[in-house]
Amino acid sequence: MANMNLTLQVWRQGGSFGDGRMVPYDAADVSPDMSFLEMLDVVNERLIAAGEPPIVFDSDCREGICGMCSLVVNGVPHGPDRGSTVCQLHMRRFKDGDTITIEPWRAAAFPVRRDLVVDRGAFDRLIASGGYVSVNTGSAPDGNAIPIPKDLAEAAMDAAACIGCGACVAACKNASASLFVGAKVSQLALLPQGHPERAARARAMVALMDNLGFGNCSNEAECEAVCPKEISIATIARMRREYIRALVTGAGR
Amino acid sequence: MNGAPRIAPAGTRQLEARIPSGPIPEKWDRCKFDSKLVNPANRRKFTVIIVGTGLAGGAAAATLGEAGYHVLSFCIQDSPRRAHSIAAQGGINAAKNYRNDGDSVTRLFYDTVKGGDYRAREANVHRLAEVSVSIIDQCVAQGVPFAREYGGLLDNRSFGGAQVSRTFYARGQTGQQLLLGAYQAMMRQVGAGTVKMFPRYEMLDVVVVDGRARGIIARNLVTGTIERFQADAVLLATGGYGNAYFLSTNAVNSNATAIWRAYKRGALFANPCFTQIHPTCIPVSGDHQSKLTLMSESLRNDGRVWVPHAAGDRRPAAQIPEGERDYYLERRYPAFGNLVPRDVASRAAKAVCDEGRGVGETGLSVYLDFAESIGRLGEDVIRERYGNLFQMYEKITDENPYKAPMRIYPAIHYTMGGLWVDYNLMSTIPGLFVLGEANFSDHGANRLGASALMQGLADGYFVAPATLPNYLAGASLPKVGADHDAFREAEASVTKKIDRLLSVKGRTTPREIHRTLGKLLWDNVGMGRTEPKLNDALARIPHLREEFWATVSVPGSGAEMSQVLEYAGRVADYLELGELIALDALERRESCGGHFREEYQTPDNEALRDDESFTHVAAWEYAGDGALPVRNVEPLAFESVKPSQRSYK
Ligand SMILES: Cc1cc2nc3c(=O)[nH]c(=O)nc-3n(C[C@H](O)[C@H](O)[C@H](O)COP(=O)(O)OP(=O)(O)OC[C@H]3O[C@@H](n4cnc5c(N)ncnc54)[C@H](O)[C@@H]3O)c2cc1C
Ligand code: FES
Repeated sequence: MANMNLTLQVWRQGGSFGDGRMVPYDAADVSPDMSFLEMLDVVNERLIAAGEPPIVFDSDCREGICGMCSLVVNGVPHGPDRGSTVCQLHMRRFKDGDTITIEPWRAAAFPVRRDLVVDRGAFDRLIASGGYVSVNTGSAPDGNAIPIPKDLAEAAMDAAACIGCGACVAACKNASASLFVGAKVSQLALLPQGHPERAARARAMVALMDNLGFGNCSNEAECEAVCPKEISIATIARMRREYIRALVTGAGR
Repeated sequence: MNGAPRIAPAGTRQLEARIPSGPIPEKWDRCKFDSKLVNPANRRKFTVIIVGTGLAGGAAAATLGEAGYHVLSFCIQDSPRRAHSIAAQGGINAAKNYRNDGDSVTRLFYDTVKGGDYRAREANVHRLAEVSVSIIDQCVAQGVPFAREYGGLLDNRSFGGAQVSRTFYARGQTGQQLLLGAYQAMMRQVGAGTVKMFPRYEMLDVVVVDGRARGIIARNLVTGTIERFQADAVLLATGGYGNAYFLSTNAVNSNATAIWRAYKRGALFANPCFTQIHPTCIPVSGDHQSKLTLMSESLRNDGRVWVPHAAGDRRPAAQIPEGERDYYLERRYPAFGNLVPRDVASRAAKAVCDEGRGVGETGLSVYLDFAESIGRLGEDVIRERYGNLFQMYEKITDENPYKAPMRIYPAIHYTMGGLWVDYNLMSTIPGLFVLGEANFSDHGANRLGASALMQGLADGYFVAPATLPNYLAGASLPKVGADHDAFREAEASVTKKIDRLLSVKGRTTPREIHRTLGKLLWDNVGMGRTEPKLNDALARIPHLREEFWATVSVPGSGAEMSQVLEYAGRVADYLELGELIALDALERRESCGGHFREEYQTPDNEALRDDESFTHVAAWEYAGDGALPVRNVEPLAFESVKPSQRSYK
């Protein structure tokens, strides 16, 4: 496959770009073997060499696990590939002459800090409200003291695979964090270690989700479609059951 | 480069390792028993800064927060959960012996000392093996979804350098699950108010007051402001420095700045040349490459490494008949086969490529072939074990590893060297502790697979929380204010450096220079090191550094979010650290573990140690810009494991 010439429309915000606008850039001579972020690196190299401020975007692991990268590509969080992050997207997915729009996550709970960088601190606050098991270091019983059926462990792992990137929120028309919270509530509700606190956890996390400015879930399933780890919306259903159970039984107050 | 080899001045400093007395299995207990304690009611009066939220820093923040200390936790990423530890794939070792295959604390200790090619401190390694057992218990209790067997008990796999199965794992995402466990425990403390979080902050200096570490200077990466933080002790858990080589398996924000600035404040840097090259990474595809992706060592459980027998054989893998394939690891190392340690596997790959037997377009890769395992176990089993890795491989290369063998090549992956610490994990600056990959302590000249996660969590959950109180209880720590001269001076030096970076206004990007440095280090201070190549690197790095300071372009101002400024600062540090790596490699005139000096090898090309002259840690002391650093020595004593020529045959 030959190298490509592309046009980018990139959201720039802050500094001389003020409150933000789309800015066009040429991405010339792009190799199909580049990753999407490497393509942006190359554009930035040219800007830096010319003394212009480069496009600011988040990334770290560049292999789909840290959840740092967070670009909306042509209107879709993480771009066109299903089950993958934008750092795993490769340029062979595009054609010579394409125009590509690149924007940050858009959600009230994730304010833009600069260009394509948003603040996802709300996710940390959600975890701090109950997304853990209260066990101090050094007080744990032997790892094999409680056998856990393999299928249960696997189901917990499916939910635990969430990378906390926030694409689910960015894709949802209500900007709901239900998939993120559902995944954590499910993981810990499936495992015996999470049982003592399951009611309190569901209550606290669901209540805080509303307070932080995330919207309600109206079952559009857009979140599942963009989730790079393909976390199932069944976790949202489980979160609701956990929450209702807590309300009905009065547990975890 | 001609002329005589450079000789770094030999230091006379007595390095006090503070190893407890007594037989090795009792040392850790004795250390804990002899430690002074801090009364629970007094703990909140002590402020502890922890820089880094990977396994080491996250675990330490959680544990010290639970104990009641006032913890300030810093990280570069927007959330502590994204630290580089998240990317670890394969697993974590522990001497549980759940398989009843002969494992024990003693065996894990022995394997680690041997795997490190007898260049690690025995007492530290023994402690690591001891606490490994509690780590697994702790993580299970936190809800880490480790892989399990049908009976519901924890599953294990094998990793290189061991003949027992002691590696615990969570699919191909072990680091992620362990880190999320530590992160959640830490966030529980954030909720409880004992830990205060500072994400998107970069530490740029340690502040030393009256000879003790009493705080840091950090840049708020969102606003660009430079801020001062005071504390009673500072813990660095900032990870390794592999990114000095430009291309590595590390995350793009991994860097050496925190430990390098601490070095320049008086912390000694130990064994910088002990870098690990991982044998199984996806090969480089072009100049645009920003990082290399690891294919976990666990793949060597089921994959067979081979190249064609004949040099220059360009046929696709499928057309090369069995008889014309050289399964060179199985041939050279029949006892360990594809599971030899990393340094051995990497060098063997380089050797076959140097012979012209490498595969792929560039000839710089070897095959990792799953055909036999797929035939024996079925594609489903292989998919269950490694599905996400196979998917990752296909995304990057556009090739299907279920159908054709993977192509792999070695890449920089881990750094065994790091800041020198005593048995208590304290550096040569009192009150400055160093945890995880950032210290040098446990892996000698080569780290075994699945042992970094073990060490990070050991340091963070169990070691530092036990040794820090002894320091706090025993030291006189009068209050220091943010306006203390030491804070002022440190902030001024940080600001000066930033201003200097911004004012060059040249045309070269930091990345161009970093790429050049990385290539130089890879070629000359990589898998095969020689005196001429090291001298060449030492001659060229200062020029590169001059070029950087004369031509670098850092657009924008410092008073805003500026990734190019952050990066430029890190590259400036690599340009100094790179020289120290080369100098250390030059001065260590032997081969051991990941440090392979071509002049020192056995007739069958294995690393040839010189125990007489080099059974020691080289601990480098900063002597001012432009001056050669001083090489101090901590002699190593092997009382429990007798050093021998490592053999995996
Ligand atoms: C791809 C890959 C796979 C691996 N797989 C395995 C495996 O299967 N098993 C195994 O045992 N090991 C594995 N390793 C090694 C292991 O992951 C690392 O050695 C380990 O996670 C390091 O942990 P750490 O806590 O020391 O540091 P890190 O996880 O690197 O964390 C460093 C922290 O410091 C912060 N930081 C750094 N500098 C600054 C600064 N100046 N200011 C503020 N904050 C700063 C960062 O933000 C981050 O929070 C792997 C490594 C890689 C690269
Ligand atoms: S950069 Fe880590 S998931 Fe994309």
